Amino acid sequence: MGRVITITSGKGGVGKTTAAANIAAALAAMGNKVVCIDADIGLRNLDVVLGLENRIVYDLVDVVEGRCKLRQAMIRDKRLGELYLVPAAQTRDKSAISPKDMKRVCDELRSDFDFIVIDSPAGIERGFKNAIAPADEIIIVTNPEVSAVRDADRIIGIVEAEQKGPAKLVVNRINQNLVNRGDMLAVADVLELLAVELIGIVPDDQAVLVSTNRGTPIALDAKSRTGQAFRDIARRVMGEQVPLSSPNGSGGGFITRLSKLLRAGGD
Amino acid sequence: MRTLARLFNVKGSANTAKERLRLVLIHDRSTLPPGAMEELRDELIEVISRHVDVDRGAVRLEITQDGRSQRLLADIPLKRVDRRLPEEY
Repeated sequence: MGRVITITSGKGGVGKTTAAANIAAALAAMGNKVVCIDADIGLRNLDVVLGLENRIVYDLVDVVEGRCKLRQAMIRDKRLGELYLVPAAQTRDKSAISPKDMKRVCDELRSDFDFIVIDSPAGIERGFKNAIAPADEIIIVTNPEVSAVRDADRIIGIVEAEQKGPAKLVVNRINQNLVNRGDMLAVADVLELLAVELIGIVPDDQAVLVSTNRGTPIALDAKSRTGQAFRDIARRVMGEQVPLSSPNGSGGGFITRLSKLLRAGGD
Repeated sequence: MRTLARLFNVKGSANTAKERLRLVLIHDRSTLPPGAMEELRDELIEVISRHVDVDRGAVRLEITQDGRSQRLLADIPLKRVDRRLPEEY
Protein backbone atom coordinates (compact mmCIF):
# COMPACT_ATOMS: atom_id res chain seq x y z
CA MET A 1 0.00 0.00 0.00
CA GLY A 2 1.54 3.28 -1.13
CA ARG A 3 2.34 6.10 1.25
CA VAL A 4 1.28 9.65 0.47
CA ILE A 5 3.96 12.23 1.32
CA THR A 6 3.13 15.91 1.01
CA ILE A 7 5.89 18.49 0.66
CA THR A 8 4.83 21.90 1.94
CA SER A 9 6.30 25.06 3.49
CA GLY A 10 3.95 27.97 4.07
CA LYS A 11 6.30 30.51 2.55
CA GLY A 12 6.90 30.42 -1.20
CA GLY A 13 10.29 30.15 -2.82
CA VAL A 14 11.99 28.01 -0.17
CA GLY A 15 12.54 25.07 -2.53
CA LYS A 16 9.37 23.02 -2.14
CA THR A 17 9.09 22.00 -5.77
CA THR A 18 12.83 21.29 -5.99
CA ALA A 19 12.58 19.13 -2.87
CA ALA A 20 9.50 17.29 -4.18
CA ALA A 21 11.14 16.60 -7.57
CA ASN A 22 14.40 15.43 -6.02
CA ILE A 23 12.93 13.29 -3.26
CA ALA A 24 10.63 11.64 -5.83
CA ALA A 25 13.48 11.11 -8.32
CA ALA A 26 15.73 9.68 -5.59
CA LEU A 27 13.00 7.32 -4.41
CA ALA A 28 12.43 6.14 -8.00
CA ALA A 29 16.19 5.75 -8.61
CA MET A 30 16.28 3.41 -5.60
CA GLY A 31 13.74 1.14 -7.26
CA ASN A 32 10.48 2.45 -5.83
CA LYS A 33 7.37 3.02 -7.90
CA VAL A 34 6.71 6.73 -7.47
CA VAL A 35 4.08 9.17 -8.71
CA CYS A 36 4.31 12.94 -8.13
CA ILE A 37 1.23 15.12 -8.06
CA ASP A 38 1.57 18.86 -8.65
CA ALA A 39 -1.15 20.33 -6.42
CA ASP A 40 -0.31 23.92 -7.31
CA ILE A 41 -3.24 24.50 -9.66
CA GLY A 42 -2.74 27.62 -11.79
CA LEU A 43 0.99 27.83 -11.06
CA ARG A 44 2.28 24.52 -12.31
CA ASN A 45 6.03 24.03 -11.98
CA LEU A 46 6.87 20.48 -11.02
CA ASP A 47 6.74 19.58 -14.75
CA VAL A 48 9.56 21.98 -15.70
CA VAL A 49 11.70 21.10 -12.68
CA LEU A 50 11.42 17.42 -13.66
CA GLY A 51 11.94 18.26 -17.34
CA LEU A 52 8.60 16.75 -18.44
CA GLU A 53 6.80 19.90 -19.60
CA ASN A 54 6.71 18.96 -23.29
CA ARG A 55 4.73 15.79 -22.77
CA ILE A 56 1.69 17.10 -20.93
CA VAL A 57 -1.67 16.28 -22.50
CA TYR A 58 -4.07 16.02 -19.58
CA ASP A 59 -3.80 17.40 -16.06
CA LEU A 60 -5.16 16.87 -12.55
CA VAL A 61 -8.27 18.98 -13.15
CA ASP A 62 -9.06 16.95 -16.30
CA VAL A 63 -8.90 13.81 -14.14
CA VAL A 64 -11.11 15.25 -11.39
CA GLU A 65 -13.66 16.58 -13.88
CA GLY A 66 -13.78 13.26 -15.73
CA ARG A 67 -12.28 14.36 -19.07
CA CYS A 68 -9.68 11.60 -18.92
CA LYS A 69 -8.63 8.54 -16.95
CA LEU A 70 -6.01 9.04 -14.23
CA ARG A 71 -3.59 6.85 -16.22
CA GLN A 72 -3.90 9.17 -19.23
CA ALA A 73 -2.77 12.18 -17.20
CA MET A 74 0.30 10.37 -15.82
CA ILE A 75 3.53 11.22 -17.64
CA ARG A 76 6.31 8.69 -17.25
CA ASP A 77 9.83 9.95 -16.70
CA LYS A 78 11.86 7.95 -19.24
CA ARG A 79 15.16 8.43 -17.37
CA LEU A 80 13.87 6.51 -14.38
CA GLY A 81 12.12 3.17 -14.28
CA GLU A 82 8.97 4.05 -12.40
CA LEU A 83 8.56 7.78 -11.90
CA TYR A 84 5.34 9.42 -13.04
CA LEU A 85 3.96 12.95 -12.86
CA VAL A 86 0.36 14.09 -12.66
CA PRO A 87 0.66 17.76 -13.71
CA ALA A 88 -1.37 20.64 -12.30
CA ALA A 89 -3.75 22.57 -14.55
CA GLN A 90 -2.32 25.89 -15.64
CA THR A 91 -5.48 27.68 -16.73
CA ARG A 92 -7.67 26.98 -13.71
CA ASP A 93 -7.56 27.97 -10.06
CA LYS A 94 -7.37 26.08 -6.79
CA SER A 95 -11.14 25.92 -6.34
CA ALA A 96 -11.33 23.47 -9.28
CA ILE A 97 -10.21 20.75 -6.85
CA SER A 98 -11.38 19.79 -3.36
CA PRO A 99 -9.61 17.90 -0.55
CA LYS A 100 -12.05 15.04 -1.25
CA ASP A 101 -10.94 14.91 -4.92
CA MET A 102 -7.31 14.67 -3.81
CA LYS A 103 -8.10 11.83 -1.42
CA ARG A 104 -9.94 9.95 -4.17
CA VAL A 105 -7.10 10.37 -6.69
CA CYS A 106 -4.52 9.23 -4.11
CA ASP A 107 -6.61 6.23 -3.06
CA GLU A 108 -6.71 5.16 -6.69
CA LEU A 109 -2.91 5.36 -6.87
CA ARG A 110 -2.04 3.71 -3.56
CA SER A 111 -2.40 0.12 -4.74
CA ASP A 112 -0.05 0.63 -7.73
CA PHE A 113 2.69 2.77 -6.17
CA ASP A 114 5.12 2.72 -3.26
CA PHE A 115 5.11 6.49 -2.87
CA ILE A 116 2.81 9.31 -3.91
CA VAL A 117 4.66 12.62 -3.54
CA ILE A 118 2.49 15.74 -3.51
CA ASP A 119 3.97 19.18 -4.21
CA SER A 120 1.88 21.67 -2.25
CA PRO A 121 1.37 25.30 -3.22
CA ALA A 122 2.61 28.02 -0.85
CA GLY A 123 0.17 29.53 1.63
CA ILE A 124 -2.41 27.99 3.96
CA GLU A 125 -5.52 28.25 1.78
CA ARG A 126 -7.44 25.82 -0.41
CA GLY A 127 -4.48 24.55 -2.41
CA PHE A 128 -2.56 23.73 0.77
CA LYS A 129 -5.61 22.01 2.27
CA ASN A 130 -5.97 19.95 -0.93
CA ALA A 131 -2.33 18.92 -0.69
CA ILE A 132 -2.40 17.79 2.94
CA ALA A 133 -5.84 16.11 2.88
CA PRO A 134 -4.60 12.72 1.55
CA ALA A 135 -1.18 12.86 3.27
CA ASP A 136 0.14 10.05 5.46
CA GLU A 137 3.26 12.06 6.18
CA ILE A 138 4.12 15.71 5.80
CA ILE A 139 7.54 17.13 5.06
CA ILE A 140 8.01 20.86 5.65
CA VAL A 141 10.73 22.66 3.74
CA THR A 142 12.23 25.77 5.29
CA ASN A 143 15.26 28.03 4.85
CA PRO A 144 17.45 29.29 7.70
CA GLU A 145 15.79 32.67 7.50
CA VAL A 146 13.28 34.44 9.77
CA SER A 147 10.23 34.57 7.49
CA ALA A 148 10.62 30.96 6.30
CA VAL A 149 11.06 29.65 9.86
CA ARG A 150 8.08 31.63 11.08
CA ASP A 151 5.85 30.27 8.31
CA ALA A 152 7.14 26.74 8.91
CA ASP A 153 6.08 27.07 12.55
CA ARG A 154 2.59 28.07 11.51
CA ILE A 155 2.36 25.09 9.14
CA ILE A 156 3.61 22.70 11.85
CA GLY A 157 0.80 24.00 14.08
CA ILE A 158 -1.86 23.52 11.39
CA VAL A 159 -0.57 20.03 10.55
CA GLU A 160 -0.80 19.11 14.26
CA ALA A 161 -4.31 20.56 14.53
CA GLU A 162 -5.39 18.54 11.46
CA GLN A 163 -3.92 15.45 13.17
CA LYS A 164 -1.53 14.86 10.31
CA GLY A 165 1.53 15.33 12.48
CA PRO A 166 4.18 15.20 13.55
CA ALA A 167 5.58 16.84 10.44
CA LYS A 168 9.24 16.38 9.52
CA LEU A 169 11.57 19.18 8.56
CA VAL A 170 13.99 19.77 5.70
CA VAL A 171 16.30 22.74 6.21
CA ASN A 172 17.16 23.86 2.69
CA ARG A 173 19.86 26.28 1.47
CA ILE A 174 22.23 26.14 4.41
CA ASN A 175 25.35 28.18 3.71
CA GLN A 176 27.95 26.84 6.12
CA ASN A 177 30.27 29.85 5.66
CA LEU A 178 27.52 32.20 6.78
CA VAL A 179 26.67 29.90 9.68
CA ASN A 180 30.33 29.80 10.77
CA ARG A 181 30.47 33.59 10.57
CA GLY A 182 27.43 33.84 12.83
CA ASP A 183 25.25 35.40 10.14
CA MET A 184 22.95 32.50 9.34
CA LEU A 185 20.76 30.46 11.66
CA ALA A 186 22.34 27.05 12.15
CA VAL A 187 20.25 23.89 11.71
CA ALA A 188 20.41 23.43 15.49
CA ASP A 189 18.90 26.90 16.00
CA VAL A 190 16.04 26.16 13.60
CA LEU A 191 15.38 22.83 15.32
CA GLU A 192 15.40 24.44 18.74
CA LEU A 193 12.91 27.08 17.62
CA LEU A 194 10.55 24.72 15.79
CA ALA A 195 10.89 21.68 18.08
CA VAL A 196 10.23 19.23 15.27
CA GLU A 197 11.98 16.17 13.83
CA LEU A 198 14.65 16.80 11.19
CA ILE A 199 14.62 14.64 8.04
CA GLY A 200 17.28 16.42 6.01
CA ILE A 201 19.75 19.26 5.55
CA VAL A 202 20.36 20.55 2.03
CA PRO A 203 23.24 22.93 1.28
CA ASP A 204 22.85 26.18 -0.61
CA ASP A 205 24.23 25.11 -3.99
CA GLN A 206 24.31 26.89 -7.36
CA ALA A 207 24.32 23.50 -9.04
CA VAL A 208 20.61 23.27 -8.17
CA LEU A 209 19.93 26.21 -10.50
CA VAL A 210 21.89 24.49 -13.26
CA SER A 211 20.01 21.23 -12.84
CA THR A 212 16.69 23.08 -12.84
CA ASN A 213 17.70 24.92 -16.01
CA ARG A 214 18.27 21.53 -17.64
CA GLY A 215 15.23 19.82 -16.14
CA THR A 216 17.37 17.06 -14.60
CA PRO A 217 16.92 16.58 -10.83
CA ILE A 218 20.23 16.96 -9.00
CA ALA A 219 19.41 13.85 -6.98
CA LEU A 220 20.36 11.88 -10.12
CA ASP A 221 23.89 13.34 -10.11
CA ALA A 222 25.88 10.71 -8.22
CA LYS A 223 28.78 13.11 -7.57
CA SER A 224 26.77 16.03 -6.19
CA ARG A 225 26.74 16.55 -2.40
CA THR A 226 23.37 18.26 -2.77
CA GLY A 227 22.14 15.27 -4.73
CA GLN A 228 23.44 13.13 -1.87
CA ALA A 229 21.48 15.26 0.62
CA PHE A 230 18.27 14.53 -1.31
CA ARG A 231 19.13 10.84 -1.69
CA ASP A 232 19.67 10.70 2.10
CA ILE A 233 16.23 12.24 2.65
CA ALA A 234 14.72 9.62 0.33
CA ARG A 235 16.41 6.84 2.30
CA ARG A 236 15.07 8.28 5.56
CA VAL A 237 11.60 8.41 3.99
CA MET A 238 12.06 4.71 3.21
CA GLY A 239 12.75 4.14 6.90
CA GLU A 240 16.54 3.76 6.79
CA GLN A 241 18.71 5.21 9.54
CA VAL A 242 20.97 7.66 7.72
CA PRO A 243 23.20 9.87 9.90
CA LEU A 244 22.65 13.60 9.56
CA SER A 245 25.85 15.41 8.71
CA SER A 246 26.46 19.11 8.39
CA PRO A 247 26.48 20.35 4.77
CA ASN A 248 30.20 21.08 4.51
CA GLY A 249 31.08 17.64 5.83
CA SER A 250 33.04 18.91 8.83
CA GLY A 251 31.94 18.93 12.43
CA GLY A 252 28.92 21.07 13.01
CA GLY A 253 28.73 20.60 16.77
CA PHE A 254 25.17 19.63 17.39
CA ILE A 255 24.67 17.81 14.10
CA THR A 256 27.80 15.76 14.57
CA ARG A 257 26.75 14.80 18.07
CA LEU A 258 23.27 14.00 16.82
CA SER A 259 24.55 11.85 13.98
CA LYS A 260 26.94 10.04 16.34
CA LEU A 261 24.00 9.34 18.57
CA LEU A 262 21.96 8.01 15.64
CA ARG A 263 24.87 5.90 14.46
CA ALA A 264 25.35 4.46 17.94
CA GLY A 265 21.64 3.73 18.08
CA GLY A 266 21.75 2.04 14.69
CA ASP A 267 24.52 -0.45 15.62
CA MET B 1 33.97 25.77 15.09
CA ARG B 2 30.61 27.46 14.95
CA THR B 3 30.54 27.89 18.72
CA LEU B 4 33.99 29.50 18.62
CA ALA B 5 32.95 31.85 15.86
CA ARG B 6 29.86 32.71 17.84
CA LEU B 7 31.94 33.47 20.92
CA PHE B 8 34.10 35.97 19.07
CA ASN B 9 31.32 37.34 16.94
CA VAL B 10 28.71 38.01 19.59
CA LYS B 11 26.99 40.50 17.34
CA GLY B 12 26.40 37.91 14.58
CA SER B 13 23.02 38.61 13.02
CA ALA B 14 22.03 34.94 13.43
CA ASN B 15 21.72 35.45 17.20
CA THR B 16 19.49 38.46 16.62
CA ALA B 17 17.39 36.43 14.19
CA LYS B 18 17.04 33.62 16.71
CA GLU B 19 16.00 35.91 19.55
CA ARG B 20 13.50 37.76 17.36
CA LEU B 21 12.06 34.47 16.12
CA ARG B 22 11.80 33.11 19.66
CA LEU B 23 9.59 36.04 20.65
CA VAL B 24 7.54 36.14 17.48
CA LEU B 25 6.83 32.39 17.66
CA ILE B 26 5.59 32.67 21.25
CA HIS B 27 3.20 35.33 20.05
CA ASP B 28 2.16 33.40 16.91
CA ARG B 29 1.53 30.18 18.82
CA SER B 30 -0.53 31.87 21.47
CA THR B 31 -4.23 31.24 21.13
CA LEU B 32 -5.03 34.22 23.35
CA PRO B 33 -6.37 37.26 21.50
CA PRO B 34 -4.66 40.60 22.12
CA GLY B 35 -5.64 42.12 25.45
CA ALA B 36 -6.70 38.75 26.84
CA MET B 37 -3.60 38.45 29.01
CA GLU B 38 -4.44 41.72 30.79
CA GLU B 39 -8.04 40.63 31.27
CA LEU B 40 -6.95 37.23 32.56
CA ARG B 41 -4.47 38.89 34.92
CA ASP B 42 -7.14 41.22 36.36
CA GLU B 43 -9.64 38.40 36.83
CA LEU B 44 -7.05 36.14 38.46
CA ILE B 45 -6.14 38.90 40.92
CA GLU B 46 -9.79 39.50 41.69
CA VAL B 47 -10.51 35.83 42.45
CA ILE B 48 -7.37 35.25 44.47
CA SER B 49 -7.75 38.46 46.50
CA ARG B 50 -11.06 37.14 47.82
CA HIS B 51 -9.00 34.64 49.82
CA VAL B 52 -5.58 36.21 50.35
CA ASP B 53 -4.05 39.65 50.03
CA VAL B 54 -2.27 39.93 46.69
CA ASP B 55 0.51 42.38 45.86
CA ARG B 56 -1.32 43.57 42.75
CA GLY B 57 1.52 45.52 41.18
CA ALA B 58 3.90 42.57 41.27
CA VAL B 59 1.68 39.93 39.63
CA ARG B 60 3.32 38.38 36.57
CA LEU B 61 1.64 36.29 33.91
CA GLU B 62 3.57 34.79 31.04
CA ILE B 63 3.44 32.08 28.42
CA THR B 64 6.51 29.85 28.23
CA GLN B 65 7.51 27.26 25.65
CA ASP B 66 8.14 23.62 26.44
CA GLY B 67 9.05 22.02 23.12
CA ARG B 68 5.98 22.75 21.00
CA SER B 69 3.60 23.03 23.95
CA GLN B 70 2.91 26.19 25.84
CA ARG B 71 2.49 26.81 29.54
CA LEU B 72 0.83 29.68 31.29
CA LEU B 73 2.90 30.71 34.30
CA ALA B 74 1.52 33.00 36.97
CA ASP B 75 3.70 34.48 39.67
CA ILE B 76 1.43 35.99 42.29
CA PRO B 77 3.27 37.47 45.29
CA LEU B 78 1.17 37.79 48.45
CA LYS B 79 1.20 40.84 50.70
CA ARG B 80 3.19 40.40 53.87
CA VAL B 81 0.81 39.54 56.68
CA ASP B 82 1.34 41.39 59.97
CA ARG B 83 1.32 38.58 62.50
CA ARG B 84 1.47 40.80 65.63
CA LEU B 85 -1.71 40.87 67.65
CA PRO B 86 -3.74 44.09 67.49
CA GLU B 87 -2.96 46.63 70.29
CA GLU B 88 -6.18 46.22 72.24
CA TYR B 89 -5.49 42.56 73.06
